Amino acid sequence: MMEPRIDYYPTHEYQGFKFRRGHTLPFGATVVPSGVNFSLFSSAATGCTLVLFRKHEEEPMVEIEFPQEFRIGDVYSMIVFDLDVEELEYGYRMDGPWNPSAGHRFDRTKVLCDPYARVVGGRDIWREEPDWEKRQHHRGRLAFNDFDWEHDRPLEIPTEDLVIYETHVRGFTAHPSSGVSAPGTYAGIREKIPYLKELGVNCIELLPIFEFDEWENSRKHPDTGEWLLNYWGYSTLGFFAPKAGFAATGRFGMQVDELKTLIKELHQAGIEVMLDVVFNHTAEGDHRGPVISYRGLDNKTYYILTPDGWYYNFSGCGNTLNCNHPVVRNMVLDCLRYWAAEYHVDGFRFDLASILGRDQNGAPLSNPPLLESLAYDPVLSKCKLIAEAWDAGGLYQVGSFPAYGRWAEWNGKYRDSTRKFLKGDTGHVGEIATRIQGSPDLYYYRGPTASVNFITCHDGFTLRDLFSYNYKHNEANGENNNDGSNDNESWNCGWEGESTDPAVNHMRAQMMKNAICLLMVSRGIPMLLMGDEFGRTQHGNNNAYCHDDELGWMDWALAQDNPELLRFTREMVRFRHQHPVLRSKSFFEHRDRVGSGYPDISFHGTQAYWPDFSPGSRCLAFRLDGAHAGSPDSSIYVAMNMYWDGLPYQLPPAGDGKSWKIAVNTSMPSPHDIYSTSEAPFLQDQSSAIVGPRSMMVLVADSQ
Amino acid sequence: MVSVNKQGNVTVIELEGSIDGKTAPQVRDEMRPALEGCTEAILDMTKVGYLSSAGLRLLLLVYREFTARKGKLMLVGVSPDIQAVMSHTGFLNFFTLKDTQAQAMEALGQTQ
Repeated sequence: MMEPRIDYYPTHEYQGFKFRRGHTLPFGATVVPSGVNFSLFSSAATGCTLVLFRKHEEEPMVEIEFPQEFRIGDVYSMIVFDLDVEELEYGYRMDGPWNPSAGHRFDRTKVLCDPYARVVGGRDIWREEPDWEKRQHHRGRLAFNDFDWEHDRPLEIPTEDLVIYETHVRGFTAHPSSGVSAPGTYAGIREKIPYLKELGVNCIELLPIFEFDEWENSRKHPDTGEWLLNYWGYSTLGFFAPKAGFAATGRFGMQVDELKTLIKELHQAGIEVMLDVVFNHTAEGDHRGPVISYRGLDNKTYYILTPDGWYYNFSGCGNTLNCNHPVVRNMVLDCLRYWAAEYHVDGFRFDLASILGRDQNGAPLSNPPLLESLAYDPVLSKCKLIAEAWDAGGLYQVGSFPAYGRWAEWNGKYRDSTRKFLKGDTGHVGEIATRIQGSPDLYYYRGPTASVNFITCHDGFTLRDLFSYNYKHNEANGENNNDGSNDNESWNCGWEGESTDPAVNHMRAQMMKNAICLLMVSRGIPMLLMGDEFGRTQHGNNNAYCHDDELGWMDWALAQDNPELLRFTREMVRFRHQHPVLRSKSFFEHRDRVGSGYPDISFHGTQAYWPDFSPGSRCLAFRLDGAHAGSPDSSIYVAMNMYWDGLPYQLPPAGDGKSWKIAVNTSMPSPHDIYSTSEAPFLQDQSSAIVGPRSMMVLVADSQ
Repeated sequence: MVSVNKQGNVTVIELEGSIDGKTAPQVRDEMRPALEGCTEAILDMTKVGYLSSAGLRLLLLVYREFTARKGKLMLVGVSPDIQAVMSHTGFLNFFTLKDTQAQAMEALGQTQ
């Protein structure tokens, strides 16, 4: 047993609070024997005061100015003794110049939140209207970091085996139909783990869970009077703090334990956790925005500024975090390491990640130090890193994002071309052939696991709406339908919006199945959007960022309304897991590498070995050779017919003395739309098959 | 805060009030001598209105120390609200809960 450290005794006292010089690192507030170590960076401040509060009290209990000898370099640190860790809130007051044109915005009247705060207080209960008279809404708090993980650690599932499910923590179970005991919370997701397991997904990607203010830019809809909030949360207050309002126990300050418990139990169910992280901007907006933290601590370091001190807006949200400043870069690194090590998070999806590759003047870097650091970081080395490879400043880097062999991307081109092909546009068969291979045109040097394939995501139409609306219908956002994308590549199947016409609804159901089938047979990492497995609708709204209501929530009653689609999705996910030939780290080589007599992939049309890549074509088929899969597998044949009539497809041989069985036929009514391996019937005619209008057929080779 | 009595071989500890960062050290100090050397114990939480993070941690720590020396410890009378919090934060998994002292006695193989 070690004796207590000899330097843990107070040297100073002020108004009954005892303190001493602290440790410069780590930054933030850390519990140390008999006290709390506070450490804060500011390159341009002339002085710093620690402000301590009792939880929820407006007036501080003490303000302790850092003695000059407590500053080393640009770091102020101090240990304060005998604090009640659970009841403490803290902030800082900074001295320094107010000179916006030179980039400085110090203001002693503001109490600022610690950028490294492990918990941020102020929005403890979701949607509880704040007291707008408060001078300061967000204060740092301390977190216990002694969670008992037992044997858990990040799962490290091979990337090629992932099936991602994109989810909003609140939206997933907030709807009364979810039937959980703690709706809209981390604990609510925990209650739905059996559902996720049965669905077959093995990675859940959470929309932002770093503390944000749901009341930011809140307003009432001019017609309906309903509150429109910052529901999605792409606006970070504290990069190290989990969203308290997403925790059933947030009111007790236990969100850290609740989130860790969720992650631990997801891991036990074989499901990874990926976080959607927003490092491109903060919740402080531009010069008109609130002073919360970074702006008042060291404006010039944290933000990319114009030469005369205004905020560059590459994020479309007012400001741009100065990610390639060495100090900010370290903060991002510290943050991700913290989530990986302390919360056992398995991966990260970076919102508007192209901003992370801009230099301190906003120009794109060819070798961005932040992206390189993340790619080679020792703690993050097994984490999945996924970029949204564009930003609001016009940088579009799908296929060219600086990857260092590590980064994957949301493949926006997969989304666009599959949508066009599925709705029957001509001229896309060639591109589809590339997309289903994992987009070698974009990721030749990285492999297909660089491609996160998706047809829908939170941003845009849901799958059902993709085939129910030709146009966005965002009136409920209160912006006269001006917000949201106009390039949806959607098709309403003959009627705009909900329909009672059985033919229209039948077509929609079939189109949704086509989309899910195409996604699951494509090489790359498939990503599903929450609710698409049973036809969630946003009634044509393609930008539901502000809807903490039925529009943004998942209505679980739809699982009863659309059991066929749910069954189809589950079976399709299962099919992917069963067939390693669908999943690989490497691209097809279009040749026979193993002596099976067949190339790893061959393309076909209505005639075997004659794919029709002509401009008017809507048909494509391909055969994957089972002998080329990493582990023993059957050969698979996929026929896609996006023409409005059924067409006979001449079949390539199943090979190896085997025959073709029907695994999937989206033109058939349930349960004949998809079969489990044991139930799948053999084709009567092994030489050709009729593929129905606008439908997909998947065959599997088996011994008769 | 803490009252102790012995029923046969079983030490029964009744806790009262809020257990949080302020009171936890005191509760711990008061419980420690009672639990020393005993192998079977019941923590009766019927009169506990609130358990903070620090309170939950204290409970788990006591539980761990106790079971480490092969003791059996049961929680009794945990209110539904506290049970929900313990469930959401993962603490519930570690404990054995019974509704009443009698049930806990029975589970420990004792008759009153």
